[in-house]
Amino acid sequence: MRAWLAHHFHALGSSTGRLFGNPLSSLLNIAVIGIAFSFPVGLYAIVANVQLASPRVGSDPQLTMFMALAATADDVATIRDRLKNEQRVSTFRFIPRNEAWQRLQQTASLGSVTASLDHNPLPDAFVVEAKGHDPRVLEALRDEFKGWPKVEHVQLDALWAQRLAAGLRLGRLAALILIGLLGFALVAATFNTIRLQILTRREEIEVSKLIGATNTFIRRPFLYYGTLQGLTGGAVALGIVAGSFWLLNDELAHLAALYGSQFQLRLPDLSDSLTLLAFAAVLGWLGAWLSVGRHLRRIDPHWTRK
Amino acid sequence: MISLNRIYKRYPGGHQALHNITLDVSPGELVFITGHSGAGKSTLLKLIAAIERPSSGTVTVNGQNLNKLSTRTLPFLRRNFGLIFQDHKLLFDRNVLENVMLPLHITGYRRREAVRRVRAALDKVGLLGREKALPITLSGGEQQRLCIARAVVHRPAILLADEPTGNLDAAYSADIGELFASFNQVGVTVLIATHDPNLTTQLQPRIVNLDHGRLAA
Repeated sequence: MRAWLAHHFHALGSSTGRLFGNPLSSLLNIAVIGIAFSFPVGLYAIVANVQLASPRVGSDPQLTMFMALAATADDVATIRDRLKNEQRVSTFRFIPRNEAWQRLQQTASLGSVTASLDHNPLPDAFVVEAKGHDPRVLEALRDEFKGWPKVEHVQLDALWAQRLAAGLRLGRLAALILIGLLGFALVAATFNTIRLQILTRREEIEVSKLIGATNTFIRRPFLYYGTLQGLTGGAVALGIVAGSFWLLNDELAHLAALYGSQFQLRLPDLSDSLTLLAFAAVLGWLGAWLSVGRHLRRIDPHWTRK
Repeated sequence: MISLNRIYKRYPGGHQALHNITLDVSPGELVFITGHSGAGKSTLLKLIAAIERPSSGTVTVNGQNLNKLSTRTLPFLRRNFGLIFQDHKLLFDRNVLENVMLPLHITGYRRREAVRRVRAALDKVGLLGREKALPITLSGGEQQRLCIARAVVHRPAILLADEPTGNLDAAYSADIGELFASFNQVGVTVLIATHDPNLTTQLQPRIVNLDHGRLAA
């Protein structure tokens, strides 16, 4: 156990030394990894930010149909019948103008406004839910309802929010695809770095094998190196995103203020950041593992030769 | 301790390096393997150290049949040996201390204990003052002694040396010969492949003479 720990400490130490002992080439490697990863991470964070800033998307998009003020009870009954017979409508609810008016008067913040009005300005209304979520169906219904008699106005709620949500899903998917591709690039970059290291340390590996080093022992420092390189690359990516957001936030606050609003880009939270770091570390390890497995086999002191 | 039974070794390309070798070495023996260059001395050592496999026949070390060793257990067999190579195989990117440290590091010694042992080994070969030197700055004889220090630092039961005095003058090779004799006196089994007559007359070892891959009388 103690020997095992000593081995790990030594491997970690020598890998760290190698990583920082040759600052320029390691720095370039890490920078490449960091810059590559900062794109998808930044995109992902922006998507998350926009999502946070947008209101909650309602469960089902609804159509609200407002009747003309002059509409009579007969007109309302006609509409009710037509809605009942409409195949594409799943449910609907009638809100009489008096009920709507009472509810509005109970709303505390609007008390003074309603009090100053001497008559009920609200029309009768229907809240209609369509079958399914297809925006095209909803829009077609809206256009048809507009043509019905005594219908003053039809409003399609929450459709814009759905579109935004769809856009955000797209952005997130794009970020994930980028992360996947660049993750592969990270594995490939580590693979090559380790290959070069194995070549330059060929003698050491050969001698170590001759005097009784196990394959695990020889593999270990390379695995540590790959993992460390991935980890620092991930940290650099986070740093780049943090720096860019910091630079952008001043201007964004200014822009948002012009619209009478507040908007700030927030950094990925702790669990997202840790996930990214772990992901980068695992990929670095994987690249090193593949490389070591492939290249160490060739440095065997002829034991397999018969 | 070491036993070779009807060993044949043919290299790819058809060169027959060893031909029907049967040999037993008891614990604590001092054995010289002599013969002309190309007689198969190095090959014999490589077979014992499990660096190469025989084409046929069996090599047994400490009761273990080397043909049956897996890649997993092979490293642990190798730790029984101290190997001294003709070309030294020193690592030129690190100093004397770290070179000798390598075998202890592989077996997982703690640093402090390892340094103590390294100093003892360096003292034995007369390089104690050169710990921080880089191998490239050492003379040929010093490099050879450094190689010996690395071979004995983990106190192996068997010492295998391939032409340890190959490029050294007579005075140096006498020194090195005495070193091997002193390891042998404390019970280490020593096998040396050499064609150096100085060494042979000095130490009175058991001599195994090879001629074109065959045991000669």
